[in-house]
Amino acid sequence: MTIPITYYLVLSAIVFLTGLVGVLIRRNIIAILLSVELMLNATNINFVAFSEHLRDLGGQVFVFFALTVAAAEVAVGLAIIIALHRSKDTINVEQFNLLKW
Amino acid sequence: MDHLFFGYFAGVIALTALLVVAFKNPIYSALSLLIMFFHVAGLYVTLHAEFLAAVQIIVYAGAILVLYLFVVMLLNLKTDDRYHSQWRAAAFVGGPLLVEFFVLLAGSLSAPPAALPRVDIETGDNTLAIGETLFSTYLFPFEVASLILLVAMIGAIVLAKREVPETPAS
Repeated sequence: MTIPITYYLVLSAIVFLTGLVGVLIRRNIIAILLSVELMLNATNINFVAFSEHLRDLGGQVFVFFALTVAAAEVAVGLAIIIALHRSKDTINVEQFNLLKW
Repeated sequence: MDHLFFGYFAGVIALTALLVVAFKNPIYSALSLLIMFFHVAGLYVTLHAEFLAAVQIIVYAGAILVLYLFVVMLLNLKTDDRYHSQWRAAAFVGGPLLVEFFVLLAGSLSAPPAALPRVDIETGDNTLAIGETLFSTYLFPFEVASLILLVAMIGAIVLAKREVPETPAS
């Protein structure tokens, strides 16, 4: 008895929703980036589940690319956080209103 | 048995995902994210994606999370951050997705399983199959991925570099 694809979709929806709400309600930039990681993992679960369901390896290859993009995002994002922390001495997003008008 | 494994992995993944958002201290958030990464890797093993499970542990849990912990330690944060007052925006975006989730859940109980074309792939060596797909069909995206990593590395170095004072020539 195999697991229906819908179970994976529901799990992925839960994780994605958690990450989305985390991005919107957290004030700490590091917590926001961690929530972005949650959303990327939710999509990866979907990719692998569909790859198994459709018997097509393309999904697993795309997880590989998503992983690459996640690594690049973390490197640049954390560098930006360090630069912001140096200039303003905080990582609370409400303190950064340079683009507000 | 399959359902037992899936239930365990899915339960832990959902719980730790909630904890990542709920913990006030970023270190605890990062550690619960670590637990989530390991269980996602376990889920990949049950889906016959052994190579991705290994990559998930090595890259996500090994590299990305260590980078996060390093930055958390470097910045020496105080843990007095509270939640954003953006509940309306969060509800506006999260509400439709929640509705979609329940629609999906209801549909899974009633709808018959869709008959999908089953293309047989090589059973057995998952790593070999992924490598062959990656270096034949997806060769150009693979090269672009390496370029993305190079650009990200240079960007991170430029952004995080502190201005070094000129040392007087001896």
